[in-house]
Amino acid sequence: MEQKGWKDIPIAGMILEAGNAEEYETGGWRAFRPVFGQADCIHCFQCWLFCPDSSIRVDAENEKMTGFDLDHCKGCGICASVCPVNTKVIKEAGEKLERGDERLCIRMVEEGSIEE
Amino acid sequence: MSTFEALSGNEAVATAMRQINPDVIAAYPITPQTSTVQKFADFVADGLVDTEFVTVESEHSAMSACVGASTAGARVMTATAANGLALMWEIVYIAASNRCPIVMSLVNRALSGPINIHTDHSDAMGIRDSGWIMMFSENGQEAYDNIIQAVRIAEHENVLLPVAICQDGFITSHGMERVEIYDDKDVKSFVGQYSAQWPLLDLENPKTFGPLDFYDYYFEHKRQQVDAMEKSQAVILDVAKEFNKKFKRDYGLFEAYRIDDAETAIVAANSTAGTAKTVVDGLRDEGLKVGLIKPRVFRPFPAKELADAMSHLKSVAVMDRSASFGAMDNAGPLFLEIVAALAVNGVQAPVVDYVYGLGGRDILTGEIEGVFRDALEIASSGRAEQTVTYLGVRE
Repeated sequence: MEQKGWKDIPIAGMILEAGNAEEYETGGWRAFRPVFGQADCIHCFQCWLFCPDSSIRVDAENEKMTGFDLDHCKGCGICASVCPVNTKVIKEAGEKLERGDERLCIRMVEEGSIEE
Repeated sequence: MSTFEALSGNEAVATAMRQINPDVIAAYPITPQTSTVQKFADFVADGLVDTEFVTVESEHSAMSACVGASTAGARVMTATAANGLALMWEIVYIAASNRCPIVMSLVNRALSGPINIHTDHSDAMGIRDSGWIMMFSENGQEAYDNIIQAVRIAEHENVLLPVAICQDGFITSHGMERVEIYDDKDVKSFVGQYSAQWPLLDLENPKTFGPLDFYDYYFEHKRQQVDAMEKSQAVILDVAKEFNKKFKRDYGLFEAYRIDDAETAIVAANSTAGTAKTVVDGLRDEGLKVGLIKPRVFRPFPAKELADAMSHLKSVAVMDRSASFGAMDNAGPLFLEIVAALAVNGVQAPVVDYVYGLGGRDILTGEIEGVFRDALEIASSGRAEQTVTYLGVRE
């Protein structure tokens, strides 16, 4: 992005356009990424509620969670932490699961470890 | 119709605040500023103003509340002194860099320690690089007049910077003087209504204020502050001109008192300038060619204009009411700026510094006369024996 000179930007660092953080793609910061595992999503929207970057995609009309906005997701893993299906899968397994375990609903895998 | 009243400097400033009737005042009591906001609290209690008067728990909070209110789009004022200003310090910078046109009455008092409540300029000098416009006032009248003008200067679209109006603690802030108070409606029409260009409370057009600003844009925003500071000088002069037209009091960047044919001059700010004028008059009666430069606008520092006014002098004695420990020859900040201003603009006269009056130590006419006689000697010999003299300290 071409950077502007001091005469061409609002004073005091003011951002005069609302919601333009969307144009700043932060997905490149990610070390881990969320992906769907085998357990079925129950569309409870806990991940959508807790995601600090508004990076959970939903189909509001049909009340479905549909995926992840990887242009902005920073890979923090909060979605996987709050997912009640993950809790259920771990409890049923009776053991500690790696966070990339395929049996989970939302699993966190290393960036670049799976094919796009 | 204006009236003449017997007022202390603080009461005069509080009266200006009543006439300006700002949207918000947030302040915390600290000597010797307290009687300003105490008097203003009376005006609030008596229903004479519409101001939201925020009594905060510290000066850090006072300036924070001022920044918040100013960002919201309000006309905002505050008052403080010394350690209170020191506690504000972090937010003092933010007020300037967020371009909040806040007006502050700064009643100059020595910074601790040892703790002291009397006047010197160490508090003001602590914020000289913060991005605030700073102006000094010789007496209560000037403090009153400067506060009224400060509102217009701060809010000017080419400026949008906070302004601190200084006066000397106790000597001016608590000394009762004859002050001309202008008609309320004339002051109100002079300051006008404030309409913020980017108010936070414009809910139809949401904006972000004070965001994180890294190496990619921070520098550009600092450059803008320099630009605003540069442009403020013309605004200060325009406002002064309009003020003079309306209220018949003439202000500039500094006052040059009996300087035209002077061989030497003292540079002194705030109340000491008043004392020095008496000394100038006495020495003039003896036929000695002495004058006075009284800085009014300290930020932006009018270097070229001062050098022009002083170009004919054969010596200059600067009087600093604060110390700058470890600076060149331990000279005071006003001296260092004057020396730089003269040097850069090719004025050759020898310049000496008199650090005086720290912690409210009296400065008497006899001492100022001694400074003039020293300076006249330097003018005739063309050289100074020492750079800094501590005037009035016991050896």
